[in-house]
Amino acid sequence: MKSMAAAAFDEMTGMGGIADPATLRDAYGRLKAWLDSTPPEHFNTRRSQAELLFRRIGITFAVYGDTESTERLIPFDIIPRVITRPEWDFLERGLKQRVTALNMFLKDVYGAQECIKAGIIPADLVYKNAHYRMEMRNFRVPHDLYVHIAGIDIVRTGEKDFFVLEDNARIPSGVSYMLENREVMLRLFPDLFSKHRVAPVENYPDALLATLRSLAPTSATRDPTVVLLTPGRYNSAFYEHSFLADKLGVELVEASDLFTKDDVVYMRTTEGPRRVDVIYRRLDDDFLDPLVFRPDSVLGVPGIMNAYERGSVTLANAVGTGISDDKAVYSYMPDIVRFFTGEEPILHNVPTYRCREKEAFAYVMDNLSELVVKEVNGSGGYGMLVGPHASKREIDDFAKKLRHAPDGFIAQPTLSLSTCPTFVASGVAPRHVDLRPFVLCGADQIRIVPGGLTRVALKEGSLVVNSSQGGGTKDTWVLDA
Amino acid sequence: MRIRVVHETSYTYEQPARGLIQILRLTPRDHDGQYIRRWRIDTSVDGRLTAREDGFGNVVHWFTPDEPADALVIRVTGEADTDDTHGVVRGAVERLPDPFYLRDTDFCGTSPELHALAQSAATGAADPLTMLHRLMDTVHRTVRFEAGPATAAVPAAKALAAGCGNPQDIAHVFIAAARHLGIPARYVAGYRARDDGEAEVEAPHGWAEALVPNLGWVAFDAVHDVSPSEQYIRLAMGLDYLGAAPIRGSRTGGGTETLDVKLRVEQGRAAVQC
Repeated sequence: MKSMAAAAFDEMTGMGGIADPATLRDAYGRLKAWLDSTPPEHFNTRRSQAELLFRRIGITFAVYGDTESTERLIPFDIIPRVITRPEWDFLERGLKQRVTALNMFLKDVYGAQECIKAGIIPADLVYKNAHYRMEMRNFRVPHDLYVHIAGIDIVRTGEKDFFVLEDNARIPSGVSYMLENREVMLRLFPDLFSKHRVAPVENYPDALLATLRSLAPTSATRDPTVVLLTPGRYNSAFYEHSFLADKLGVELVEASDLFTKDDVVYMRTTEGPRRVDVIYRRLDDDFLDPLVFRPDSVLGVPGIMNAYERGSVTLANAVGTGISDDKAVYSYMPDIVRFFTGEEPILHNVPTYRCREKEAFAYVMDNLSELVVKEVNGSGGYGMLVGPHASKREIDDFAKKLRHAPDGFIAQPTLSLSTCPTFVASGVAPRHVDLRPFVLCGADQIRIVPGGLTRVALKEGSLVVNSSQGGGTKDTWVLDA
Repeated sequence: MRIRVVHETSYTYEQPARGLIQILRLTPRDHDGQYIRRWRIDTSVDGRLTAREDGFGNVVHWFTPDEPADALVIRVTGEADTDDTHGVVRGAVERLPDPFYLRDTDFCGTSPELHALAQSAATGAADPLTMLHRLMDTVHRTVRFEAGPATAAVPAAKALAAGCGNPQDIAHVFIAAARHLGIPARYVAGYRARDDGEAEVEAPHGWAEALVPNLGWVAFDAVHDVSPSEQYIRLAMGLDYLGAAPIRGSRTGGGTETLDVKLRVEQGRAAVQC
């Protein structure tokens, strides 16, 4: 495990590992000097201050299956992660291209299905997928856009090597951490910000609101009513829902606050029913409408799908975007990008073995100890095997699962994720990170706030950055030179 | 055969129910061997009844009463002429590609026992049609029919383990097993006239259809171990019972609900041939 961390690209020192100061990358110059010159006690004080600030703000995160505590603080690391402006410009171009292709792909699979006819993607992969919603066929969503908010996970393996790990086109979360991390950093280290030209992220709520408003059905008034629909306080991301509603200045509603009448969605208010035009819903498709999806859902709004199909309300994101989150579908993204945009993909995919294919399956079974195996519909780091870190027994158990249902899995080589300097018990040490920038796709334009959520695997050598699996977060700085 | 249907579903609520929405898949469509002569839906309270087609191609009515109601009766009366097509369904509205019907659902998920059941039916069968008939026979013998409301349906694996179930359960077991064998399969809701000529029927029926190469969709009723004949009227189809449920509803308030179903499926006189 040690050797892996050493072999990884370190974003501060370059390839050479943290011990070699000669190869310090320009972007980290001032930061390194700051790290070197600041006494460790000072950092410890700041860290406890940061924790205090977070507790006061109240950012917590519920972990499913954890019976001891339903809420806990996500560890925050005070050393920022730096991305240079040229690197960001490259990422931004790639993200825009990717989201444009995703939207064209979704419009196509629910409409003309040209990409299936052209053999870009196998028909059964689309039609057999539970996230492919037949309710969405042959009806046009407002502005032909499906993915309005995407949290595209990106990993880095070298100076110029960035890969898309997941597209997260359903209900990406984590943006509140991006905003809070910045706020806390600004309070703790104002001097550090004065020495760096850090691109602001504070305008994210404005960008999100502008995006949501642009998506209103054409029949809506010029001042559309936007609401944020939450499953409620027991949801793991409830804090983020209330945080965002507050920042956006829109109503935070639960299903019981909404009702439908004559194909229109209304919100109950003290002044009587008010028509709703755009619903930023943080509720899964399955729970959205008990009349159409899961009948036992008490979190949904009966009749909302009918209103949606009649075009009287916009749901953001659209229903049925989960098909593009499927990891087997993901593996076709490079072809999907080429087919719909006519361009070469700017951001690459991680090479992916589809276990549904015989040859690939055989390879995966022979190399389980080297690969990362994931469920095609899994998320949050659950139900996956990290071969190099798994015991013999874990691998054998997983092999059984794989043999039972190969269609349900894909495998990827274990990527040596880049590392960033991180505070740990022993001092400053490199830890693996990823990046989730948030892409906002409106009817008028695509907006991306420079930065995103950097997640860091706090355990030495660990490659799993998910907060549900013991990951932490960092502030992400896009630096103008 | 001419079949007359009178299907009355009555709901009574403790207090007037608000925000009532009922989704009705109670209107059959024509296809080879099924010709609808007349068909209507009446409701006991005033409201809006709008018709549309769902993703499967079923006719769906949305009913929303104008005022809160303490009782609601949905009454279907209709008449259809049917021919025996030996279960083969041709000329039906098909909106979805075949692989769609290979999808697992909560009701039609798999289990090792279901795999074993499917394999035992498949072993030695010369062609898919034989395989499916053997599967129907196996399901019929393995899962005993027990009358019960459709809403009591359980996942196929559970019904198989229990060894008994309502028509929905039995169809789900057949569907899950067929899909495991790589055969697209779906659930069908409808009416079935009794063998003994009596008109009173407990509830709407449910069975399965599977896609047979070179033949198309073929119906299998594992409750009665037959391919549906002219005794059957096909109402709606879905991946499982939920997608084809004749009535799905939602309301706020109203307290406890009492449900009463009266169904007559009457075989017309054979003399009416003109």
